[in-house]
Order: sequence, then structure tokens, then C-alpha cells
Amino acid sequence: MPINQKAEASAHAVVSASNKIKAGVKEKLKDPFFWSDWLVVLALLLVIIVFGSIAPESFLTTYNLNNILVASAIPAIIVVGQTFAVATAGIDLSVSSIMTFGAVSFGLAFTRGWNLWSCALIGMLAGLLAGFLNGFIISVRKINDFIVTLGMLSIAAGIALVLSDGRPVQVISEPLANIAIGEFGVVPYLMIIAFSIVLAAHFLLFHTRFGIHLLAVGGDPDSARAMGISIVKVKIIVYSISGVLAGFAATLTISRIGAAEPAANTSILLNSVAAVVLGGVSLFGGRATIFGPFVATLLLQALSNGLTIIGVASYYQYVSVGIVVILSASLVRTSQ
Amino acid sequence: MMADYAIECIDIVKSFGSVEALKGVSINAKAGEVTALVGDNGAGKSTLIKCISGVYLATSGEIRIGGEVVHFSSPEDARVAGIETVYQNLSLIEDLTIWQNLFLNREATIGFGPFRILNKAKMRADAETMLKNLDVHIPSIKSRTRGLSGGQRQAVAICRAVGWGSKVLIMDEPTAALGARESVKVEELIKKMKSQGLAILLISHNFDQVLRLADQIFVMRQGNVMAGMRASETSGGELVSLITGASASKKGS
Repeated sequence: MPINQKAEASAHAVVSASNKIKAGVKEKLKDPFFWSDWLVVLALLLVIIVFGSIAPESFLTTYNLNNILVASAIPAIIVVGQTFAVATAGIDLSVSSIMTFGAVSFGLAFTRGWNLWSCALIGMLAGLLAGFLNGFIISVRKINDFIVTLGMLSIAAGIALVLSDGRPVQVISEPLANIAIGEFGVVPYLMIIAFSIVLAAHFLLFHTRFGIHLLAVGGDPDSARAMGISIVKVKIIVYSISGVLAGFAATLTISRIGAAEPAANTSILLNSVAAVVLGGVSLFGGRATIFGPFVATLLLQALSNGLTIIGVASYYQYVSVGIVVILSASLVRTSQ
Repeated sequence: MMADYAIECIDIVKSFGSVEALKGVSINAKAGEVTALVGDNGAGKSTLIKCISGVYLATSGEIRIGGEVVHFSSPEDARVAGIETVYQNLSLIEDLTIWQNLFLNREATIGFGPFRILNKAKMRADAETMLKNLDVHIPSIKSRTRGLSGGQRQAVAICRAVGWGSKVLIMDEPTAALGARESVKVEELIKKMKSQGLAILLISHNFDQVLRLADQIFVMRQGNVMAGMRASETSGGELVSLITGASASKKGS
């Protein structure tokens, strides 16, 4: 008899557990955010399948997939910062200029014979400074984030030109170059670094108080303030993170091209905003994931890689990226 | 005598430039009672609760909690002293889940120093308890606040306010935006909190509700308290005439 009861109880527990899971799954499926998350994964698979079937011998090779990962790494780091900014209902238009400013700062330190760590640190400090100023002016002076970061876009690019006199600085360093070409198995070092940052950012957003406060500030600043959350603090940290990441990405860029270039890489900015939108982050703030924009970055790189392989001129690639972004945004809109 | 009151406001004056919004207002509220604050728009009710909840600093006057004089320079101070306010807009973050809202800016963490991570399991369990203690039924504490009905939102906001051992709960028009059925639920919630020994300051335009819920009523008009009375000793008609000033000369405080 007791055995029977036990069996009954455990059967009951199984049923209630499975009901719980069912309810959980149902809730997930009803959440439009869940869908916009997976939309980008499906889109990435679609791009791989399409190009894989058009040009399997050149697109689906380890060499080429490796190329895509290398090309995605630096944009993926920038996208993390952009995601944070957008999650606070802001935007950081200065990321690519800050990256250039960071690269030039690195170059200056390098020409003075500083070691690589110091050079990289200088690059990150330059990014931190610019990002901190962004956050400070946006939150304390209460000036629109679009305007402030647009101004910083120009200022950082200008300072980079002034400091470098408009000339690139060659950075010849074997250990640095090794970061760009090294691989762990089939995964390039650059992607390992980028993915570590993505993981850390995910952790920060979903497993710390700061993450909840960030989403609260983005979702409803008045209520967040009423609950005693400092909007100034959150925004300064967010834009500082974006700046530091841009400064760090500068070092990786130098490792790839072997020079600190004073010219701004505008496609980095466009890509970061595109990936955030594609990744399902709400432009109104308050809702974000880190993995969505990360997968979107892979998607955009795979798309432009695939188009290059099948012989589409790069001019058309800009057009295609734009179309993908607008299409995905309207899809997300419809599903909501 | 003072300790009889959970909160006591004595001669509160609040001026905005040359405008005196509160002209020496005195009210009090006892633990385990609902004290209603009624009055027309512009009577000074909102200004008074903002002084009590630390949003405004009173120009002069004294606030006592449990007999002790307190000075608030921010809502945070008032919260620490045990005063919670549920404003009409509720201050819930729509995109956060119910448990995240319940613990907003008071999140439980584990770890040390700057390396602290959220203790989600504890917060979820405590959130269930907080809702259960007030007999609030919500399908899942993991769902976002966005999907809740008006009454459920009010309940979550109330739970958040009382879930922290507060002594005084200020409620600004808790049922103004609700339908009849949800209003009943919120009123039950208010009675429940009262029975748990909280002092409740209720602002309401609904006289029936005030007479149903309140033990004590203060009527405000043009920055003054016109009358303070036990709810059992008054009627809707008297309240209306006090608010509009029709019989103000007959019944002073």
C-alpha cells in the first residue's frame, strides 16, 4: 500500500512538473521578445543555407567560416556597448570615432616605445574618457543622447586626426599580430575574446543589480527614479562601458591591420545599430538581450561574406544590409 | 500620547514662492487604522503627502513617527523611516517581471564586495510569500508587469510597499483607475493591511469608499484642514459640504 501511495505521489509530482514546464513553454511562446530573439537565429541559418547551396565549395569551407568569425569579432564587441546604450533608450553614435581615437592613442604610445599592455591600456582609457563624457553630459546636463554622441562622433574623430596629424602609425609587433591570426582549434582567438565579452555582458545584464537597474532606467526612467535608482549613475556607467569596449576593439583592430589608422570606420557604427535592431533589442529601451545582437552581428558578416563570394559588388552589399535591417524591424513590429 | 500615533504632522506649511500650498496643516494616523484625506483638487492633499513621503521639504512644521521628530530630505529617507507611498502611476516597470519589480533597488544578492550576483531563487521565493501574505493571486511572478490588469498592478505595487516592514502606507487614489470588481479586491487588500497593524493614509475622491474603509477622516480645503472626525460620526452629505465650504463656518477643527 505505501508503495502504491509513493508511486501515486511521484506520478503526481511528474504530472505537476510537466504541467509547470508546459505553462512555462506556453508563456515563452506568447512572449514576442522570445520570437524576435529566435528570428535572428533563423535568419542566420537561412543565410548559411542559401549561400551554402549556391556556393558550397567556397562558402561552407572551414577557411571561409573562420573568416566570418574573424570579421565578426570586432563588430561583436562594439555591439555589446551599443546594446547597453539602446537598452537605456539611448544610442551611441560615437562608437566608431571613439575606436579611432583609441587606436590613435595606442599608436602614439607605441611610437614612444611603450610596451603593448600600456599601449592597449592607453587606448582603453581614451575610450573610457570619451564614453564617460558622453554619459555625464547625457545624464547630468540632460541633453539628448543622439545629439551628444553625434557631437562626440565628430570630436573624437577630430582629435584622432589632430593627434596623428592624419597619418597612420605602423604597429609592427609579432605578439599583437598573433592575436589576430591565432586559433584555438578552429575558433580564432579574436572570436574567443569577443565571445568572452559577450558572456560577461550577458552576466552583467541578467545576473547583477546593475543589469536590472539598467533595464528599469531604459523601460521607465520616472518609475526607476521613484524607486531610488540613480539614472545618472546608470547612464554614465553604460556609456563608459561602450567607450571602453570601443577602445579595446581599437587594439584588436590594430592587431588585424598592423597599423593605427586615424580614419573612422563608419561601417562599424552602422553595423552596430543594425545588429542591435536585428537582435530584437527595443529601441524604446527596457528590453534587451546580449545574444540576439551577437547573432545578428554574425548574420550581417555572413551576409556580406556570402554576397562577396557570389560576386555581388560591395556597393550592393550596403543596400542589402539596409534592406535586411528594415525588413527585420518591420517583422518584429508585426509580431508584436 | 504622541506614541499613540504612527505618524503625526504638526502645523505643516509648504510654500512655493509666494504661493502657500499648505497653511499649517496638522493630521495624524494610528496604527491599524485607515485615515482618509479628502478634499477638492488643489486642496493640498498631494502636496501634503509629498511632504510626508520626502518628495518635498516642508517650509515649516514637524513630522513625527512613533513620537519621534523626523526630517526627510529625500524619498529614500522617508522609506528608511518606514513610510511607503503608492502613487497613482504605481511606479512599476512594465518590462520587468513581477518579482523584479517587487525587489527593485532592494535586490537580494550573494557574493562579496563588488562581486555580487542576484539571488534570484531567494527573491522569487520571497516574492511568492509577499503576495501570499496579502492573499494576492497572480498566475506567475515570472511574467512581465505589462500583462497585468489594473487591479493586479495595484496589488503588486501595494505588496512592494508593504513587503518591507513599513509602518505607514500612503495610497493616492488606489482605485481611481479600476473597475468595480477590482476596486473591491483592492479594498479587501487595504482592510487586510489594516488588520496587520499598518497605519494607512488614503487619498480618495470616492466618498462611499472613504466611509466604507476609513476610521478617521480629514477634510482639506485651500491648504487647510477644515475638519478631522471619526468616520462613524459623519456622512457623505457632511463631507461634501465641508469640501465645498458650504458649512465650513459651522464645523471647524
